[in-house]
Amino acid sequence: MTAPTSAKIRVLIAKPGLDGHDRGAKVVARALRDGGCEVIYTGIRQTPEMIAEAALQEDVDVVGLSILSGAHLELFPRIVDEMKKRGLTDVLLFCGGIIPEEDTKALEGLGFAAIFRPGTNTQDIVKFVYEHVKK
Amino acid sequence: MDELVERFLAGDRRALARIISRVESESGEGRECLRQLYPHSGKAHIIGITGGAGAGKSTLTGALAAEYRRRGKTLGIVAVDPSSPFTHGAILGDRIRMQELTLDPGVYMRSMAGRGALGGLAPTIDDVVAVMDAFGFDYVIIETVGAGQDEVEIAGLALTTILVNNPGTGDDIQALKAGIIEIADILVVNKADHPGADVLVSQLQALLSLAPAGARRPPILKTTALKAEGLAELADAIGEHGAYLAQSGELERRRADDARQQVLSIARQILLERIRAATSEEELAELVLRVAARKLDPHSAAEQLAGNVLR
Repeated sequence: MTAPTSAKIRVLIAKPGLDGHDRGAKVVARALRDGGCEVIYTGIRQTPEMIAEAALQEDVDVVGLSILSGAHLELFPRIVDEMKKRGLTDVLLFCGGIIPEEDTKALEGLGFAAIFRPGTNTQDIVKFVYEHVKK
Repeated sequence: MDELVERFLAGDRRALARIISRVESESGEGRECLRQLYPHSGKAHIIGITGGAGAGKSTLTGALAAEYRRRGKTLGIVAVDPSSPFTHGAILGDRIRMQELTLDPGVYMRSMAGRGALGGLAPTIDDVVAVMDAFGFDYVIIETVGAGQDEVEIAGLALTTILVNNPGTGDDIQALKAGIIEIADILVVNKADHPGADVLVSQLQALLSLAPAGARRPPILKTTALKAEGLAELADAIGEHGAYLAQSGELERRRADDARQQVLSIARQILLERIRAATSEEELAELVLRVAARKLDPHSAAEQLAGNVLR
């Protein structure tokens, strides 16, 4: 529980790519809301440019990406790239969905601070965000 | 001058986003930015869009913005969604209805949480709108939280307030009641492709015909925002309302009224903060206890608190 006003952690939850299953993204958005964050949810089928631009306009502290299609190694580097182009280098990144263990290294190398796979307790995601964002 | 303010004045959108965050967190540095930027504001036409939850406010906002882009105008959009009264968190979902504007360099869109403010707005919205205005947009559109019958505060912020209605949401007695309908400069019947749209239009017309002679009658327009229908007419009506405000002298009057409200409201806030700072938790707890036990009335208790800073 946090104060009604004052600085709030702002999180963008985005779904890149073409898969249309956003139940997981919505569950995470809801958990962060209940954890006291202000969560911007942009819906499905976001391009890398749209995600980076929304992160800029909303001045978020955190970007969480949800993906189930398997295109993460294709799309995530482009998202990080678009964010860098816009000077968004101090934003906390995490991702979740269907992401094989062997891709962990590559995603960490891109700057993802955590990967949440199926079975994750949503409270762990909330805790992760509060531990990594100073406000 | 602050480096961020310099970048802002040079048109840097990241600086705009950052300054809005500073202002929204009610920090001293936010206030300093606002102090420097305020003289640059006052040029944009501020449009308020309000109406019930699900009336199509976000979709209408997106469609209206697209119409203005066709006309070569630039826009800032602020969309407010409610905060949880319990956890103070929020889901801000208005961008979903405005996807195609995301990559348009002539549009900047910001989601705000209501943070418990009344009137379907957010505590710092006046300042956020002033910052967007100072950035140099032609229009700033404010979309309120879904509002019911009594959320009239938007009219103190917008130059043109648009009330979005839908067919099939109540009989004409609803419209006869006092409150939100009185602040509308333009009435929109959205989802006009649904049955009952024409009935609603004639009910609203009948209602407006009861207004005192000589009063300005707000136009009633039909839109189907999802299909981008009726938006050119709406943009024209907003332009006509702006011209009416300027010619009638109403613009000056509204600006003065709004400034007065804002200054008094901030002064009230400052006094409250001073009183809180000058009052110990024990003193407050003791007073509250006496009021709860009916040994003291709330007015006398408040007088006593105010006495801590005022003589």
